Amino acid sequence: MRAGVLGSRRRYRDTWAAYGFLAPWLAGLLVLTLGPLAASLYLSFTQFDLLDPPEWIGLENYRQMATDPRFWKALRVSFTYVVLAVPLKLLAALGLAMLLKQGLRLAVLYRALLYLPSLLGASVAVALLWQRVFAGDGLLNHVLAAFGITGASWISDPRYALDTLVVLAVWQFGSPMIVFLAGLQQIPRDLYEAAGLDGAGAFRQFRRITLPMLTPVIFFNLIFQTIEALKAFTQAYVVSSGTGGPTDSTLFFTLYLYQEAFAHFHMGYASALAWVLMSIIGGLTAVMFAAQRYWVHYDE
Amino acid sequence: MSDAALDIAGLRARLAGSRARAHRLHRLHRLLRHCGLVVLCAAALYPLLWMVAASFLPEDEILTAISPIPKSWSLHNYTAGWNAFDVSFTRFYLNSALIAAISVVGNVFASSLAAFAFARLRFPGRGLLFGLMLLTLMIPAHVTLIPQYVLFQNLDWIDSILPLVVPKLLGCDAFFIFLMVQFFRTIPREIEEAARMDGCSPWRIYRRIIMPLSTPVLATAAIFSFIFTWDDFFGPLIYLSSTENFNVPLALRAFAGSDEGSSLGQLFAMATLSVMPVFLVFVFCQRLVISGAAGLGLKR
Repeated sequence: MRAGVLGSRRRYRDTWAAYGFLAPWLAGLLVLTLGPLAASLYLSFTQFDLLDPPEWIGLENYRQMATDPRFWKALRVSFTYVVLAVPLKLLAALGLAMLLKQGLRLAVLYRALLYLPSLLGASVAVALLWQRVFAGDGLLNHVLAAFGITGASWISDPRYALDTLVVLAVWQFGSPMIVFLAGLQQIPRDLYEAAGLDGAGAFRQFRRITLPMLTPVIFFNLIFQTIEALKAFTQAYVVSSGTGGPTDSTLFFTLYLYQEAFAHFHMGYASALAWVLMSIIGGLTAVMFAAQRYWVHYDE
Repeated sequence: MSDAALDIAGLRARLAGSRARAHRLHRLHRLLRHCGLVVLCAAALYPLLWMVAASFLPEDEILTAISPIPKSWSLHNYTAGWNAFDVSFTRFYLNSALIAAISVVGNVFASSLAAFAFARLRFPGRGLLFGLMLLTLMIPAHVTLIPQYVLFQNLDWIDSILPLVVPKLLGCDAFFIFLMVQFFRTIPREIEEAARMDGCSPWRIYRRIIMPLSTPVLATAAIFSFIFTWDDFFGPLIYLSSTENFNVPLALRAFAGSDEGSSLGQLFAMATLSVMPVFLVFVFCQRLVISGAAGLGLKR
């Protein structure tokens, strides 16, 4: 009886305390997340230039997208970027994680060095460096010239500009590599010993043990890297000097959104673009979660 | 009986032979792996090393120098670049340091408060709010961007650091809350039960028990919070408009686009300096950075 009273008094006190602890976060949630989320949905149905109050135009913004060539171009650029960068990055990450996994001496040092591009790669400094490496008279072409090859002017050629950003993304293989490495270390050693006794070679062990056991980690990396790639902004902005050029070849969806909002002050249209981006991210995540039961293995 | 004994002796001899062969093969394998890793590390770090090397070279030698080791070590680019722009880089570093300091402390404190409530207290609405928190992880910043901008504009906060730090003070990046909840949950309940019996308030339990036991996760959160804030480009690009308020990445971008920034050596010198804080954090807290990245597959 007494315990019950104590318990209920404690629960009462805990509730007050909990909401006290949550107060800052709740304030942020309402004022900076949920409120703006609703407001942005509303704005996506309006014409709004920041100066005059928003004017309701119904579905006009969404209808406008259908005939907006830059919208389709931006979608295509972002999807090309995701489709090229994410698988290549994950392949590089997995390959290097396999190399690092057998507790070599110096493995900690190698791991740190290989992680470095990933740690620094998101900075403006590296994006500026990239611009200079792939410029017509940049580092890459000077290295190629040493082998007697004349390189293109990568950054200013619409055929290659996006590829330089893909290379930049793949170069940052370090963080999925670390995740793969942690996953590889979770695989029980006796599985490999048993397979070795059965005469399974290295390749067969990789196919039959490593890969299936690693599917949850691959799944995690795939989702995470896809979302990050769709949200990428800084590299494209800095490398193309804010234009998304040459001829919109690096016009990431986020960059187009930024231009519409903060260069042309089409805030209503930009809000609609933001909702399209969120639907794409949500949709892709949902599809990947639904598809995981066909290829992701979970223990028990 | 003796047949079996013979067999075993023969087997032993064959086994010893194959072990020696396997051992030799194993050592060759290891050597190859080391060679491969050294080459890959060198290739991955080459662009960064080239940038650092170029920052020490006179202007006319930079583009033709492809070696990652400079021939001369002049600091001229550093001293000239630091003051080449309208505003000295001292100002930009002070701005960045201020933003980072408030963001790190605010973010860690606010996130730990919310995480404590979610992980250690029972209260009605916990499941719902926790679900909402996880959901905000999926919302891309672009969706809330425009209404937030309108809000901050109405508060007259544009071109100040407030739009950058206030969300941190409210723990708006749910990622850090999630990180801490995971850790707080692993602390055994018995530890706080005794304190509870003595009538300890939740606040005292948070301060006296949970916080001191959670230094690893608090340090990890602080480190990543610092890295994200230091590198942040998108937020400052939108909210900071006058040069003297720029943070370092924004200043670097402006420097690159200005006439003064046409000096490649000075640009690389400033770029090298700009990544130093993150690099040094990595060097001194390598274990925490790597384990943080492994545990949650952080963005870098």
